Formats: sequence, C-alpha cells, structure tokens
Amino acid sequence: MAVPQTLDTLDVGAIRKDFPILKRETQEGVQLVYLDSAASSQKPEQVIHAMSRFYETEYSNVHRGIHTLAEEATAAFESARDRVAEFVGAESSRQIVFTRNATEAINLVANSWGRANLGEGDLVLLTQMEHHSNIVPWQMMASELGFKIEYAPMTDDQRIDLAEYGALLERQPKLVGFTQMSNVLGTINPVAEMAEMAHAAGAVVLVDGAQSVPHMVVNVADLDIDFLAFSAHKLCGPSGIGALYGRRELLEEMPPFMGGGEMIKRVQFDAFVAAELPSKFEAGTPPIAQAIGFGAAVDYLSKLGMPAIRQHEQEMIERALEQLEEVPGVRVYGPAAEHKGGVAAFTLADTHPHDVAQILDRRGIAVRAGHHCAMPLHEKLGLPATTRASFYLYNTPEEIDSLIEGLYAVREVFA
Amino acid sequence: MDDLYREQIIDRYKNPQMRGNLDPHDYSYEDDNPLCGDRIRMDLRVDGSGRVTEAAFSGEGCAISQASADLLTEKVVGMSLDEVKSYTKDELIEMLGIDLGPVRLKCALLSLKVLKAGVYGLDELEEELAAL
Repeated sequence: MAVPQTLDTLDVGAIRKDFPILKRETQEGVQLVYLDSAASSQKPEQVIHAMSRFYETEYSNVHRGIHTLAEEATAAFESARDRVAEFVGAESSRQIVFTRNATEAINLVANSWGRANLGEGDLVLLTQMEHHSNIVPWQMMASELGFKIEYAPMTDDQRIDLAEYGALLERQPKLVGFTQMSNVLGTINPVAEMAEMAHAAGAVVLVDGAQSVPHMVVNVADLDIDFLAFSAHKLCGPSGIGALYGRRELLEEMPPFMGGGEMIKRVQFDAFVAAELPSKFEAGTPPIAQAIGFGAAVDYLSKLGMPAIRQHEQEMIERALEQLEEVPGVRVYGPAAEHKGGVAAFTLADTHPHDVAQILDRRGIAVRAGHHCAMPLHEKLGLPATTRASFYLYNTPEEIDSLIEGLYAVREVFA
Repeated sequence: MDDLYREQIIDRYKNPQMRGNLDPHDYSYEDDNPLCGDRIRMDLRVDGSGRVTEAAFSGEGCAISQASADLLTEKVVGMSLDEVKSYTKDELIEMLGIDLGPVRLKCALLSLKVLKAGVYGLDELEEELAAL
C-alpha cells in the first residue's frame, strides 16, 4: 500500500492565517514580528477554538461523574492523551503523565525517581547547556539526598563533547539528563547516540524535549530514552500543561509525586493505595481544557508534518545566520546551522541585549534578551546576557529582513 | 528616533560624568540584577553635618541602568542623608524623563536601590520596594 508522501515545504502564508495574533500591530502602523517562539509559541485558531468549543459544549470535571458531560469531558481528555502519546511515539497512553509544563515533568522525575534511587555517593550527569529547569530540580534533590552532579562540557563550537561525555559516563552516573535542543545555542544533541552510551554505562536517560518536540520528529522508541519532558505552550498549545513520557517499568516503580484526589485507588485515615498509571502522578483536577488544546495542537502540527516544519526552520536559521553575520558587530553563539534548530542567540558589539530588544520592540519585533534561564551557560561563555531570535513554522524570510534592519537601527542609536 | 533612548540617556550612557570609585568612602554598596546582568556600585563621602560631598558609581549593564546611575549619582551630591532617604522613585523617573515599562523600571531603579541600601541598609529598603 502506498504511504502518502509528506509535503516537504510549508505554505507559510496559509499557516499565518491560522494565527490570529500575527495580524496585530504592536503600535499603530507597526506590524508584529514574533521571533520569540523558543520562549512560547503563538496559537492557531484550531487550538483556540477547540478549547472554547470544549468550554461551551462539553466542560465538566473528568473521571468521576456519571453524567453526560462528565463522560464526554473524560473521553475528550483521554483522547488528547492518546494523541500526545502518539505524537512522541509512546507505546501506550498510560506512559504519558500530564504535568503543568516540562519543568514540572523534570521535577516529578527528580523527586519521585530521585528519592527512590539516589543517595550518598551517587552521580547525576547533566550538560553545560541545560536550562535551569534541568539543573535546579537536581540541585534541590542533591542537597537533600547527598548525591553529586557533574556537567558534560561542550566543544569549542558549542556542541556536546562526546569524548568528555563518555569519560564522565565511566563514573557510572545513575541518571543522565540532557536537553535535545539548547534554548540558547540551538544545538541539537545526538540523543540516540548519547542515550545508547548512557544505557551502556547503566544510567537512566532523561531528555528535556521542551525545545525539540515542537520543532522536529521526536520518537521515544526510536531514540530509546527513558523519560521525555515537554510543554504544550511551545508547540502551539496552551500554557498550563505539559507532559512526562516515562518507560513503563520505571513509572510503575516510582512513588507518587504529589498527593490528593485522582492519584489514589483507596484512602484510609492511616494509609493510601496509589492509583494505576498515569493517575498515580496526576493529583487533583487536571488542566482539562488545556489538555483539549494540547491534543488540538499536536493534531495541527501532525497535519502539517514535523519533517516539513523542521525543514522550514532549517532554511530560516541558515538564512538568519548568514544575514546576522553580515551586520557589523554581531556575534552569533552556537554551532553551525546544520547542527542547530531555529534559534539564534547573539550580541551586538557592547550594546546591552536589553537595549537591543527594546529598540527592536519599537519596530514591532519581539525577541528575548537576557540569560534565557541558562545562567551557568552564559557564565561559561563569559557573557552577561544575549539577545535571542527564534523561529517557528509561521515565520517568514521577510521577518528576518526586519530583524536585520532593526539591528542596523540599534547600531545607529548606539553609534 | 526613540523616546526611551532620548539624547540625555544615550549621552550619559556613552559619556558618564560620575563614573569611578571613592576610596576611602563613608558609604559604599553594590548590588546587581542577575537576570539582566546589570550591576552597580555607588560610593559616597559625607561631611560632619551629614551632607553628601562626593559621589561616584561603577558597574555595567544596559543604557537605562547606567544612565540612571550616572544621573542619580550627580543628583545626590549636595543632598543631606535625610533628603537621600526621602528621595522617591517617582523623582528618579521624572529626572530620567522616559516612560518605562515594568521590566525596564527595574533597570532604572537599581541605582536607587543601591543608594538607599548603602545608606540605610536593605531591611528598610525592602519595605519601600514592597510598597512600590
């Protein structure tokens, strides 16, 4: 049977029409140029409408009621879980735990798996390019449980140094945690290779997919990883929901993270029995409408095709790097375009990134300025802060031109 | 071209009048805003009657934070410590003459925070900052 071919080009003009916010002006006569999707993406009508339709027609609490609305809401909620599971290649929907965001997913692993498995003399191996969300939860648990943390270094072109990584694995860390794509450098890490090396050393592998899942095919089975954390809001979905994928045996052995309703099978005054997966990790009323939006978002991306989205962003970053490097005083951080996603962090001579971002904002261009929640990485690069432009499926080459013109305007102010 | 980057701000950023350190000094304090990377130190010399005779600042950061520090350091010379204490953020913002959003306000106010913490200690300041 013929497999339908995925179109490998995106109709960006048509896609932009799906995103109402992209039509707006930031001030009169100034069109929004949104280059901050690495912080959070915008939402298409398909997601916004799925959520408002749910509130208007099906909303109720899930899993408990006998009434019609409860049944419909539960079915819609669990269907969203099924589609999210499919989106990342999970074998079963029970391996998808809804969390608030990727950060909470990592905290869940650090607390639950960490408490059951880590102690004095143990090692957790991270990398130097991690977001605070994959550093601080481990630091908090380390101070409580007494294990050590090491950070695998980068090469001169800011990719993971696989030789050093391999050497650190010889110290037999119990868990290796790393980002699939750096939110500052854009570096895409060779996850399958790193996971294979970590497994050979006996470690459990956690991948921070906050930046990668929205932008490329991420399949947990192909990558052979144990945990994957990601957020809906970066992949055209709503804020307030994310997911943890976990290998079934690991999730089953892990103790609950938070306590409350939904996560129990039975409660007595002196004890409780935890519920089955994934309820065990979902205490309290979940983000219901957000899950509906999450499901609509993965449908939206799947329909367009992740390979096509990735290719579009690849073209955008190549073009952006080329044009940025021609601006006098601009220095871009991170590896060459072929090793990175649609993220360009840069400095412009000695102009502070806040000043760069502020002047760009006056021209309608939204970029991020600061540490991007990766202070250790900035320290490593010897930078106070950087300006970051990031691209997604709705960005156009003309928007890169606007960015470049904006940078010339910044130069003029600070000449 | 840009209200925020009025000539005065850019000029003070590029050609600060009050940059330096005072050693010895009667008051010195340094603080930073680690999320933006703004850092400011301010040194004061005070005479017997509690009046600021000399002041200097050092540090690095965005144009708003550094221009604000330069203007405030100049302003503070000749003020009594009581006047320093009663100097408000609104007065500072008026002196800068720019309309700041909540994020950039932190950049502009770092110098005032350093000045007041240096003279009165952080405890007192926290109450004031909480009241902002």
